[in-house]
This record gives sequence, structure tokens and C-alpha cells, in this order.
Amino acid sequence: MVDFSKRYDVLVIGGGNAALCAAISAAREGASVLVLEAAPKFYRGGNTRHTRNMRCAHDAATDTLSGPYSEEEFFDDLLRVTGGNTNEDLARMMIHESKDMLDWIVQQGVRFQPSLGGTLSLGRTNSFFLGGGRAMLNALYLTAEDLGVAIAYEAEVIGLDVENGMFLGAKVKRPEGETYVRAGALVTASGGFEANKEWLEESWGPAAKNFLIRGTRFNRGTVLKMLGAAGVDQIGDPTQCHAVAIDARAPEYDGGIITRLDCVVFGVVVNKHCERFYDEGEDVWPKRYAIWGRLVAGQPDQIAYIIFDASSLELFMPSCFPPIKADSIRELAGKLELDADALEKTLGEFNAAVKPGTFDHTQLDDCRTQGLAIEKTHWARKIEKAPFYAYPVRPGITFTYLGVRVNHQSRMMMADGKPSANMFAAGEIMAGNVLGKGYAAGIGMTIGSVFGRIAGREAATNARN
Amino acid sequence: MHATNTLAEADRLMTLCNSCRYCEGLCAVFPAMEMRREFLDGDLNYLANLCHSCGACYHDCQFSPPHEFNMNVPKVMAQVRAESYAAYAWPSAFAPMFEKNGLKISLIAALSVAVFIAGFVAWHDPAALFGQHAGNFYRLMPHNTMVVIFGAAFLYAIIAMIMGIRNFWKNIGEPASTLTQGGSLWQAMKDASTLRYLDGGGVGCMNDSERPTDNRRRYHHFTFYGFMLCFASTSIATLYHYVLGKQAPYAWYDLPVLLGTIGGIGLIIGPIGLLMAKRERDPMLVDESRKGMDVAFLVMLLATSATGLALLVLRDTSAMGLLLSAHLGVVFALFVSMPYGKFVHGIYRFLALVRYAKEKRMIESGEAGTA
Ligand SMILES: Cc1cc2nc3c(=O)[nH]c(=O)nc-3n(C[C@H](O)[C@H](O)[C@H](O)COP(=O)(O)OP(=O)(O)OC[C@H]3O[C@@H](n4cnc5c(N)ncnc54)[C@H](O)[C@@H]3O)c2cc1C
Ligand code: HEM
Ligand code: SF4
Ligand code: SF4
Repeated sequence: MVDFSKRYDVLVIGGGNAALCAAISAAREGASVLVLEAAPKFYRGGNTRHTRNMRCAHDAATDTLSGPYSEEEFFDDLLRVTGGNTNEDLARMMIHESKDMLDWIVQQGVRFQPSLGGTLSLGRTNSFFLGGGRAMLNALYLTAEDLGVAIAYEAEVIGLDVENGMFLGAKVKRPEGETYVRAGALVTASGGFEANKEWLEESWGPAAKNFLIRGTRFNRGTVLKMLGAAGVDQIGDPTQCHAVAIDARAPEYDGGIITRLDCVVFGVVVNKHCERFYDEGEDVWPKRYAIWGRLVAGQPDQIAYIIFDASSLELFMPSCFPPIKADSIRELAGKLELDADALEKTLGEFNAAVKPGTFDHTQLDDCRTQGLAIEKTHWARKIEKAPFYAYPVRPGITFTYLGVRVNHQSRMMMADGKPSANMFAAGEIMAGNVLGKGYAAGIGMTIGSVFGRIAGREAATNARN
Repeated sequence: MHATNTLAEADRLMTLCNSCRYCEGLCAVFPAMEMRREFLDGDLNYLANLCHSCGACYHDCQFSPPHEFNMNVPKVMAQVRAESYAAYAWPSAFAPMFEKNGLKISLIAALSVAVFIAGFVAWHDPAALFGQHAGNFYRLMPHNTMVVIFGAAFLYAIIAMIMGIRNFWKNIGEPASTLTQGGSLWQAMKDASTLRYLDGGGVGCMNDSERPTDNRRRYHHFTFYGFMLCFASTSIATLYHYVLGKQAPYAWYDLPVLLGTIGGIGLIIGPIGLLMAKRERDPMLVDESRKGMDVAFLVMLLATSATGLALLVLRDTSAMGLLLSAHLGVVFALFVSMPYGKFVHGIYRFLALVRYAKEKRMIESGEAGTA
């Protein structure tokens, strides 16, 4: 049983990748560590449970990586996806440290494998976890336990005692009741606020009610709010989040990776009035998937339908729910509860506008429409070969960007510009420092591991002095 | 549509896994699954017999219960596997043997021990059963009689199992020619003899918790190689008898006794270890309805080795008669029940590995139609 009366050197809030890397690194520095995880054991590890890879720089191909990925190239990729919205110093440091991460994380028991079937494009840059994110977490938890880290599940932090930027103790809600725990230093690794719909509504309005949360229900951003109230400087756009279009039949939380749909480019996407609203073939899918969450969020009732025909069915990775299938467009409209005349009209106009071309889904081809208000600029083929298929989609939120400002030691910065005496942050809660906007696959885990390791080490040193 | 609800559930799981693929590196099941986009009954039976029940994908899955997707691949695969044993049984009238298998196997064992005791008593005067025969079994049962009885039992088991193999191969839809590919057979032998896929992708199997250990593989090696040594011992003894004209009892340092002793000890340690691992196994992974079949097989193996070793140690005493009846009874029951119990797992798993060896080459050469 976890001893709550003891004063720990380091208190870690959260139970995901960033939290565990911090806890392990602090324990390896000789600190006594307590991890507080709001979720029960099965759901431990927040969104980390749903991940599959991390992006680390490396100079040469390895058993599991198909080629080198230099620090410079990584940095260029980061600049591109964030549009320069990054703290260059911190970003360069993180990318440099990411090189060593490949070894360090393996020393903590995590195992890698070559890129998964269907994700070849990431085989050079991203290291895939053998068994996925939960396997990765299981390994980290076993290592932490072996190092003597105390871990409490169903232990949600509901209050922080901070005086002039100095952490004193935390109030914890547990099934047994509320407790108070003191520690020499604090690492917050409690993720973003993507599961807090009231907070999302502040930026998105009532539309947020129809959002699905791709990951954990426990990332409610309460600690982030407490830190703001305690005078910690905030960073990142509070109104932004990473959202993709996922299967509308997904559960409200924790649908994870298998609800994603990779077939937008093969068909047309219509809203509940059977109108198209964006160029489905603007660019290759890896470069466009992240805009569709926002696009669908802008449609009435936050729902849309991807419609395609038999010729595309086997061109994309299967997802967890079967597509809705019908022998005619009218029948399909009936099953989707859409206006059949309107759907026939939209598809009729679309088909009439399709110009001849040579279809090639592996590159930007020359199949396009001409004469529509919203053109489809690549991969446009007539939707005419029965059976016809549809996937209903809704916005699915991956993560939010708002966080706390940190320095090179992962130490929180106060709003007055001074570093905090003993508070550190790692993972999604400080991702905004390097990832002001946009996303590059695998970078969430890099941020968690690199800054987690630093935060744990620094917190241990801090607590000792 | 699927023949049973279990197969329908396996289809659901494999469809979800195919959209996830996180477990791809853990074992043979997932790469084989990725080669398919639809899962027919034969495909699912093949995948189930490829699964080694290591438990890793249950602990690594973000959707295992209590998540509403309720992903429990090891358990459902165990259920499909058990159903497949019954479906392949020959003659098919004996398929119900797999229901309440534990009870039936124990009855067969008890019955055959009783028949051997009664037989000895009927043939000789009852005192012979408790007499001292200086280790000479043939005083109680002539060698030729023994050979006829056990040869017939063994032959029957072999025929029934070959028919089961045919059923399996037809059901999974693999051409017969695959069975003549030397490369695939050799690869499958290596994978089976090392239990390559019982290691959770490299760290060990996750039996009682997410903390991996290699115990089950280790104890299975004791069991498997113990069994093989005992089998070798008996075969060599038969050769001694007919080819060299050397009669039992053999001295302790003679090959049949040496192999039998070492094998017998393995066949004691192994099943006990596996029984212990079974007791500790996370109940979430266990197909309760077939636990009896597993335990019965373990106990039969243990009884075979225990009575055999006891017979060896006590062959010069008056307990020999009873021990001989017990040992022969158990071995006879083991043979005749082989096609109708857990023993067939080794056969179907081996065959599944042969097919997988071929598919793996296709995957590696890029020929496979992955979705
Ligand atoms: C479906 C999906 C797939 C993804 N795939 C990838 C991928 O392949 N690669 C990648 O790099 N990124 C991926 N991401 C993003 C990635 O999940 C996050 O960037 C990463 O998990 C952040 O790690 P973290 O440790 O900061 O937060 P999390 O892993 O979310 O952990 C936060 C923890 O804090 C706990 N917590 C929250 N509030 C409290 C509180 N008040 N008290 C106590 N504990 C609390 C939560 O329970 C949770 O355990 C994916 C995200 C999703 C949703
Ligand atoms: C052809 C090769 C074989 C393979 C690939 C193989 C594989 C396996 C695997 C993966 C298991 C664990 C999962 C399960 O319970 O079904 C198992 C269980 C078992 N095997 Fe084998 N096996 C083989 C042959 C044998 C043989 C010849 C014996 C002994 C005669 C044997 C004895 C056992 C026993 C006793 C168990 C039960 C363990 C339990 O119920 O917990 N196996 N085998
Ligand atoms: S068992 Fe779970 S984690 Fe593994 S492939 Fe299937 S759905 Fe994915
Ligand atoms: S239990 Fe083990 S062998 Fe079976 S499918 Fe899962 S990982 Fe593979």
C-alpha cells in the first residue's frame, strides 16, 4: 500500500509516458518518488495507452529504423508543421536529446519493432513500440516498481499548495477519501484538457458537445488550471486542439486508433444536407488528415459522411466498424437518414464534373473535377460502381495545445519571468513550448520522454538540495 | 456467416485487430491475420491454432476488458481452438468426447487400470499379482500380448489423428502440397521445438500478470522433451527385443532405462510446473469450459511418468504387479484417448506453423496481399 503520510522527494502527477519517464529518472537519481494517477489501473497512462511510435533523431539505420534521420531534418520537419511556432532553443535541445532516448527508453524495458503494416511512410523516422503504447507503459511501470517508485491509482489531484512559485503539497481524491501529500519537488505530467468538454466549449461553443475524445477521459486539465491560478506562465493557444475526423460510431472516450478513417481521398464527403464542403483530394492523406476534424466541426450537428463505391473499398486500411453498404445511392441515403434526392443530386453533379485521368492513389494524380463550386483536385473518380459505401464521421479530439512554460531544465516559469523553485513539467502539459501548432507523428512521445527524463532528474537534484 | 458464436466473436476481434495492428510483433497470429481482410471459419481456426496463449496481447491491448470493445484474444482463441479439436475429431461421432473431457478421460483411465488388474488376476492365480518377479514384467503379461494390445491402441490413435489432420488441412483451405515443402516443415519444427511464439514477442509469456516470465515455456520443454525421451525409450526397447533379441528387464545403465528415467523425470517436473502455472493464470485468460481437458492431459502425463518411475524403482518388490497394471492401464488410456484430448494441440499447432512458415516467406518477399 502507498504511504501517503510520508514526505516524498518527488511527487509526479500523471501516469503516462512523461510521468513514468520522470518517475524512473528521479528514482535512478536516488529520490523517493510517488506517482499519482487519476485513472484506475487498467486505464493508467492516459493517451500514452493509445500511441504506437515515437520520433527520435538517429545517425544511421538500425534493426527497426530503415534509415538515418538527422537532427537537422527533424528540426526542419518541426519548423514546417509548426509554421515556426516553436521555441527554437528548446526544440533543438529536445531533438538532440531524442537521439539518446532510443537507447534510454530501451534500457527502461521498452521494446521497438519495425514500422507496422500500413505505416511504411514512417519506417525511417519513427520507432514503433512492440505491442503498442500499453506494452510500452507496462514496461515502464514494471521498471518503476522495481526501482521502488510508489504508485497510487484512482488518486486524482484536486488541489495544489503553491507559495511564491514553491510547491508544498497536493490534495488528493481517492476512493477512501481525501488526503494531503507533501513532497520536495513536483513534476506535473497530467496531459492536456481534451476530455474537458466544458472547457472545450469555451472556444468551440456548443459544437464541442458532439466531439468525440480519442483518448482518455481523465485528461481534464484541472492541474493545468491550478498551475495557472498559482501564477505559472501559460503557453500555447487555448482555443486550438488537434482533431481528426473519426467514425461517428466510436465511443465517447478511448476509441483510440482503430476509429480513424483513411478513405476521404477516395470518395466525397458531404454534410447532413448532402453538400460537399471541402476538396477531398487537396493533398496526400498524411498531410491532410489533421484538418478534417476542424472541417467536420464546422458542419451542422458536427456530422459528415464519407461516400465511396466498390472500386475504392480495398485501397485503405480497414477500420473497426464496417462501412454502411447499399446497392444504390437512394438506398444508402435511406440508411444514413439523408435526403435521397439531395444526395443523388450532389453525386450526379460530382460524377458529371469528373474529368478523365489516370488514377494513382500513391501520388498526386491527374484525376480531377472541373466546374464544381468546390472541386476535388486529385483522385476524383466517378462514384458509380455498386455497392456504395459510407462512413459517418465526427470530430475526434487528440490533444490540446495550451500548457505551462518551461526552461531547459523542464522547470516551470512563473508569469513574472522567474523560474519556479521546485516545480517541473513534462509531456503534453508543456508540449506547447516546442509544438505551438500542427503535429508530426510521434512527437508527442518524444516530448514526454525527453522532458520527462530531464524533469525527473532535475526534480531529484532539486529535492536533495 | 459463422458456424458458432465463438467463431463470430473471433471474427469481430480479428477485424478490430486488423484495424489496429499494434500487436503485430508479438507472435505469428497478427502477421497472418494482416494477410486477410475477411475471416472465414477456416481462417479463424488456423489463427486460433497458431496462437500459443502467451497472454501478451491481452495485457498490451488498450481495448481489453473493462473497455467496451472487450478485446480478449487469448481467451477467445482458446475457445475456438477447443471447438476446432472437436470439429476435426475422427470419427466425428466421437466429437462429443471433447465435452466434459476431463471426466471422460479419467473414466477411461480408471477403467483401463481396473481391466489390467482384473486381467492379471484372471489369467494368473491372484497371488501372482503380489508376488516378487525380480523385475520381470513378462511373467504377468507375455511380451507378445503386450505388443498386440499396445500396438493396436497406438495404431488406432495414429489413424484417428491422421484423419484429424486431413480435416484440419481441408478446413483451413491450404493445398496439400504445402505439407511437402521441406523449408516450411523445417521452419515449423524449429518454431515448435523452441516454442518460439510462447514468449510474448521476446520477454516471456504473461500468465498471471503483465510481468512476463518464461516459466510456461520452460515447463513445456520439460514435458515435451520428457515425453519424447520416454517415447524413444520404448521404441529402443522394442528394437532391442526384436532386432537384438535382448529381453527386459534392462540394467539401469542400459539405453531404454536411462532415456526412460531422464524422460520420466522431465515428465514429472514439466506437468507439475504447468499445473502450477495454470493455477496462477489470470482467470480472465482462461477458457473455463475446457479447463478439465487441460488438467486431465497434465494429470495423465504425470500419472504415466509417476507410475513408470515407481515401477522402475520398485520392480523387485511385491508392489510390481499392481504398479505394472497401473502403468499399463494409464499408458493404454493415454494412447486411446490421444485423438480426443489435449494431445492434439501439438499436432494442429505444428500444422498451423507449417502453413505460417510458408505465409511468412510470402510476407517477407512482398507477395502477400496485405490490406
Ligand atoms: C489515439 C491516439 C494515438 C496517438 N498516437 C501517438 C503516437 O503514435 N505517437 C505519439 O507520439 N503520440 C501519439 N498520440 C499523442 C500522445 O498520446 C500524447 O502526446 C502523449 O500520450 C502525452 O503523454 P503525457 O504523458 O503527457 O500524457 P498522457 O499519456 O495523456 O498522461 C496523462 C496522465 O495524467 C493523468 N491525470 C490527468 N489529470 C490528473 C489529475 N488531476 N491527477 C492525477 N492524474 C491525472 C491521466 O490519468 C494520465 O495518466 C496519440 C494520441 C491519441 C489520442
Ligand atoms: C508439436 C509441438 C507442440 C507445440 C507447438 C506445443 C505448444 C503448446 C503450447 C503453446 C501450449 C500452451 C497453450 C495451451 O495450453 O494450449 C501447450 C500446452 C501444453 N502442451 Fe504442448 N505443444 C506441442 C507438443 C506437446 C507434446 C508432445 C506434449 C506432451 C506430450 C505437450 C504437452 C503440453 C501440455 C501438458 C500442455 C498443457 C499446459 C496447460 O494446460 O497449462 N505438448 N503446448
Ligand atoms: S489485441 Fe488490441 S492492441 Fe493488439 S492488435 Fe488487437 S486491438 Fe490492437
Ligand atoms: S496470446 Fe500470445 S500467441 Fe496468442 S495471439 Fe496473443 S500474443 Fe499471440
